[in-house]
Amino acid sequence: MLEIEEKLQAEQARGLEALQAVTNVESLEAWKQEFLGKSSLVMKAFGSMGQLAKEERPLVGRAVNQVRSALEAALAEREEGIKAASQQEAFTKETLDVTLPGRKPRRGRIHPLHLTLREIYKIFGDMGFQIYRSPEVETDDYNFTFLNMPPYHPARDMWDTFYTDKEGVLLRTHTSPGQVRVMRERAPENIRVILPGTTMRYEQLTARSEIEFIQVELLVVGKGITFADMRGTLNDFARRTFGAHARTRLRPSFFPFTEPSAEMDVECFVCGGEGCGVCKGTGWLEILGCGMVHPTVLRYGGYDPEVYSGFAAGMGIDRSTLMRYHIDDIRHFRNNDIRFLEQF
Amino acid sequence: MKAPLSWIKDYIDLEGIGIEELANLMTSVGLEVESILLVGVEKPEGKLKNKYAGLPWDREKFVVAEVVEVNQHPNADRLTLCELDDGTGITTVLTGAPNMFPWLGKGRLEQPLKVAYAREGAVLYDGHQPGQVLTRLKRAVIRGVESRSMICSEKELGISEESDGVIELDADAPVGMPLVDYMGDVVYEVAILPNMARDASILGIARELSAVTGRPLRLPEGIALEKGGAIAEKVGLEVRDAELNPRFMLGMVEGTQARRSPYWVRRRLSMAGMRPIDALVDATNYTMLETGQPLHAFDYDLLRERAGGKPTIITRTATEGEKIILLDGSEPKLDAQIELVTDTAGPLSIAGVMGGGETGVHAGTRNLLIESANWNFINLRKTLTKTRLSSEAAYRFSREVHPALAETALSLCLKRVREWGGGEVVRGVLDEYGKPYTDTVNRITAKTIADVLGQEISLEESAQILERLGFTCRIDGEVLEATSPATRTDIEFGIIGQRNLIEEIARIHGYESIAPKRLSDELPPQVGNPALEAEERVRDILVSIGLQDTLAYRQTSPEREARIYVGRKAPEGLEYVRLRNPITPERTVMRRSGMATMLELLEHNAKFRPGLALFELGPVFLPVEGETLPHEALRLSIGMTGAWDTASWDKAQSQPMDFFDLKGVVEALLDGLHLTEVRFQAANHPSFHPGKCAEVWVGEEVLGVMGELHPQVRKNYAFGQDPVLAAEFDGEKLTRLSSADFANKAISSYPAMVEDIALIVDESVPADALEALIRQSGGKLLVDVRLFDVYRDEKLGSGRKSLAYQLTYQAFDRTLTDKDALNIRNRIVKQTKNVFGAQLRSL
Repeated sequence: MLEIEEKLQAEQARGLEALQAVTNVESLEAWKQEFLGKSSLVMKAFGSMGQLAKEERPLVGRAVNQVRSALEAALAEREEGIKAASQQEAFTKETLDVTLPGRKPRRGRIHPLHLTLREIYKIFGDMGFQIYRSPEVETDDYNFTFLNMPPYHPARDMWDTFYTDKEGVLLRTHTSPGQVRVMRERAPENIRVILPGTTMRYEQLTARSEIEFIQVELLVVGKGITFADMRGTLNDFARRTFGAHARTRLRPSFFPFTEPSAEMDVECFVCGGEGCGVCKGTGWLEILGCGMVHPTVLRYGGYDPEVYSGFAAGMGIDRSTLMRYHIDDIRHFRNNDIRFLEQF
Repeated sequence: MKAPLSWIKDYIDLEGIGIEELANLMTSVGLEVESILLVGVEKPEGKLKNKYAGLPWDREKFVVAEVVEVNQHPNADRLTLCELDDGTGITTVLTGAPNMFPWLGKGRLEQPLKVAYAREGAVLYDGHQPGQVLTRLKRAVIRGVESRSMICSEKELGISEESDGVIELDADAPVGMPLVDYMGDVVYEVAILPNMARDASILGIARELSAVTGRPLRLPEGIALEKGGAIAEKVGLEVRDAELNPRFMLGMVEGTQARRSPYWVRRRLSMAGMRPIDALVDATNYTMLETGQPLHAFDYDLLRERAGGKPTIITRTATEGEKIILLDGSEPKLDAQIELVTDTAGPLSIAGVMGGGETGVHAGTRNLLIESANWNFINLRKTLTKTRLSSEAAYRFSREVHPALAETALSLCLKRVREWGGGEVVRGVLDEYGKPYTDTVNRITAKTIADVLGQEISLEESAQILERLGFTCRIDGEVLEATSPATRTDIEFGIIGQRNLIEEIARIHGYESIAPKRLSDELPPQVGNPALEAEERVRDILVSIGLQDTLAYRQTSPEREARIYVGRKAPEGLEYVRLRNPITPERTVMRRSGMATMLELLEHNAKFRPGLALFELGPVFLPVEGETLPHEALRLSIGMTGAWDTASWDKAQSQPMDFFDLKGVVEALLDGLHLTEVRFQAANHPSFHPGKCAEVWVGEEVLGVMGELHPQVRKNYAFGQDPVLAAEFDGEKLTRLSSADFANKAISSYPAMVEDIALIVDESVPADALEALIRQSGGKLLVDVRLFDVYRDEKLGSGRKSLAYQLTYQAFDRTLTDKDALNIRNRIVKQTKNVFGAQLRSL
């Protein structure tokens, strides 16, 4: 090996080692001058090629080129690394205060009672129930008589009714008139529907009572429908709504359009049945009234009660929504105060 | 119905059943216990599922005592000092009770007065404060006399509101006995279902408990009644219409006194919610609460005086112009429908509702005539609706009372009058039973029961339940025949009667014992509800844009709706669904305008938020000539005002919204519903700004109107200066025209070319017409046209405007060339020039 070759080898080793210590643009520049600059050993070796013997030239030329490329490659890599590091450093100077508030886009919300309705549609939809709607301004016949409450029937007292100035026309006090309407439309087919809608009662407007509220009625008519089916269906509904372990209780009640009639309570979901303000210390929340469709109602609907049977249930969703979200005043639902609605 | 436990126990042995357990038993059979009042008794332990109230009486601190002497307080006229024996010795107790004054200065009392005595440290209600305020008895000196304890009133003990005077217990009360042992009680407040009015009585409740516990019922015994007899010589009876007055009975007691009833009677009445009056009136009320049969008492001598001899009681309907002043002082208008009890001199009472003031019991009553009658409940309900009267008697009669109860109650009442008021019962009763009640007979089988309940209950068990409820049962092979008891009117016959029986069996057997099942019948044809689904889509789209969903009251007033018109003057002839009994003058009709609702919502909320964007989807009610029911037309109302954006910490709030913000929302909605052939047409509407109002058309149908509120209409509301934007659409059309199905457009994979073009046209050229022409001339390679600038300047010429568009060209099969673009552009320029005289403006 020629002396010059050895020198170049040593220069390469020295250069690569020196590059390890280079960490910024300035020292990189100095390194470049030292090892690849005009006065560097490598460049000088190029310059002095002419003075070499002819047969030495290719040998030395190859060695110089090898060393130069090795140094240049190492330089490029280092340069890349240093650039990336300095950029990163620059970026860190742009750091934001991530705790500043974001710019709020406008967001619309579904009204809480419509949210509850949708949930009920979904649950009963899964069980094969269809949705049927009927008028809010009703006839006395559909609201009372066809529901087994002829004029002056004592049970009419159960509802404080708004009457219109037209004889026999009133604001429906419950969604039950829809029962006879859907029966008349569908007889003699099986029926499995829910009847949602606004109902109106003549009551004092207070934090706990409204003149307008939304009810959802349930109606099943078919052959061989029993009280046990009703209990099963309503239990399933309660579990879907209040959780898989929700306990229910059924106790006797009275509605003129069902016989037998019952009321279903669910164990208070706020206190788990221990007793609290929401359940008034009883551990139970009244959620719906139900019963086997009264033979008279089936007849008015066009179904022979000797052949068909059915069950019905009705629930007010304002109250359950109130309890669910701990809302303090039922009037919020229809006052539509934006500060209230925005919370859903 | 308030039912004291001690009273229920007169008729059934409830030994071993706790306070809470009894309440749950009642609720389980349909006697829903709303609350439990503890009178002196400690609250039960354990997990309680009922609402409790009341005051426990400490056994050491509250005892029965007797007052042996009453003396004047040395320094106060209105106070007495009672020498009292509480079983441990004599103490002096200070009281201002008026009922101690009669004994003042009588020295040692021959018959000591038994009282409820509270010792020092006792916790009770303050008798001098309204409501129930707890207080602890402390040593105090009142006008120089030391006081440590007290003699109690009912209010102080939590028995009733009565605070005027102290309780005088019955003479047999044992001195020194803890008060709670002597008269502690539990009052169950029970909600009576309309078909269980028979249980608005202590006996009714006891009968239900007998059925559910299987323990026997002990019926009270009255005096034996015989028809006719001496009473027939004292009074006559004439029932004009048995249909209206199925039964009327009269009994009589002579030589009685309207004195004070025994204390236990008074206490029971108080706890049951009725004011004790005197022995005679108390006897009628007590018997009513006990049996459910209302009674009425007349002073016989007053009747005799009116008749000028032997009186005759006549029941009949009122004649026009007849008058009566009732016990409560009211004077209802009478007519030929209203049934009365009268004598030959005129009306005595409104039958089954309330007696007249003239002929009732008074302090001097000696001879008492007792009415025990039955009235047609439907006719009575008409009377109540008309007169707006209410009473305990009317409550029961209006829910139909069984006529057999008249006899039971009369026999019990005569006995009580004799016991509590003294005197002799006149032999015999008068009884006009013109319309005997037929108790229904029903037959059921085990299969009928299982068909309804989905669970088998044996005929034997069913018969036992029914018998405990008072039915008479007979099992004949597979058939159970049940005759309804002579206390009930709610059991019908035929299939309904069967259902009635099944309900009775199920509720006593226990609803909870019927195992739940899942529906197994065939599903009905699946039809869906496209209208509702479309409405929910509308909600979702508007919410996704950022609008808030709301829910409107249906009831409003024409005055409120008139606010949407200039000068609050609605057009003539708007028909409303009007309420006969509105709850407030603000809500007298059903609404007919969605916009009126929306503007009220905006007005209410403008106070709280600088920018609002609301919508409401709901019906309005439009009367239809010749139709019974109004058309319930679905309306979509949108309301917007203020800035769309809220300001953030580095960005100012944007400009208040204007017409085009609303239009953008409407366009986004219609686009979301995939409606095609949509156009906006300048329109006039009285509520809107004459130049900023449009009708929205879809094909050949008008969806509705939108625009900026007329400034003079805006003044009808408490709005600021920002424009108020509103729209009202026919929701039915909107949902009907929308489609869940639409064709998706293919996307080209070749590059698009974009270029801008500005056209100068006359002001009168509508933007949408120009754009339509550009699209048409551009052909199918022109895939998008976007207006990005509208510019007006003198240099354009007066009455001219420049509309700048960004045009996008794209093909599905190749990359377009500059030559393609030039061709399209030239076509557009040429066509718009020909049709609208458009002039290309160099950009």
